Amino acid sequence: MHRRIWLKGLLAATALALLSPLRALAAIWNKAAFESEKVDGALKGLAVTHIDPTKDIVLIAPDMAENGAIVQIEVESRIPGTESIAILVEKNPTPLIAHYVFSNGAEPYVITRIKMAETSEVKVIVKAGNAYFSISKLVNVAIGGCN
Amino acid sequence: MADLMKIRARFKDGVTEVKILMGHPMETGRRKTDAGDVVPAHFIQLVTATLNGKTVLEAQWGTGVSKNPYLTFRLRNARLGDKITVSWHDNRGESNSIEAAVEAA
Repeated sequence: MHRRIWLKGLLAATALALLSPLRALAAIWNKAAFESEKVDGALKGLAVTHIDPTKDIVLIAPDMAENGAIVQIEVESRIPGTESIAILVEKNPTPLIAHYVFSNGAEPYVITRIKMAETSEVKVIVKAGNAYFSISKLVNVAIGGCN
Repeated sequence: MADLMKIRARFKDGVTEVKILMGHPMETGRRKTDAGDVVPAHFIQLVTATLNGKTVLEAQWGTGVSKNPYLTFRLRNARLGDKITVSWHDNRGESNSIEAAVEAA
């Protein structure tokens, strides 16, 4: 009887060990935020509370994008103590595009290329300590690229 | 493109700029083939960068990052010859990584 319990335990442990890499990844990825179809839902998923507007985030994005499949976005935060940068496209089917967390001497700076379904505000949220800051820019999209 | 990954880490005026290109389809799960079949979602969810083994950047991505993703980030505490590693993991459990030494610009 004892042996059976022990075996069961061993089997369970083995199964867990085999599954754990995928499960760990699934646990890290912020499903609620990334799968939200609304900006509010995405922000809730990121645990963003009160957001202050700021001029201390540099957001470089084109005024006009010919092809919504590739829109280059450059973000630099000049807010002291910046920990993370989130990029959202308000009118995309799932607005949250990317979330970057910086540590150990990484500058709060990123260039990334994103898909835009249609003309929309591109919104950047910076977290510094317990505060959140935001800046937005309208990008006109000629041909949507959200397939 | 699946195996393609490129990296360049260049040091200039105290700042190291790291540029990475990752070969990946970044399928949203909404695209349809000409036959009308939906192509299942297949996209990178996590990107991690380390400097000499220490994490410097952790990114989470949704389906809105462009196909064959391009990424630039900057480090202020890297020196010539330091080792930078970038790895990604996607929603299917696939992954890839690449390594580079910091070089002079």
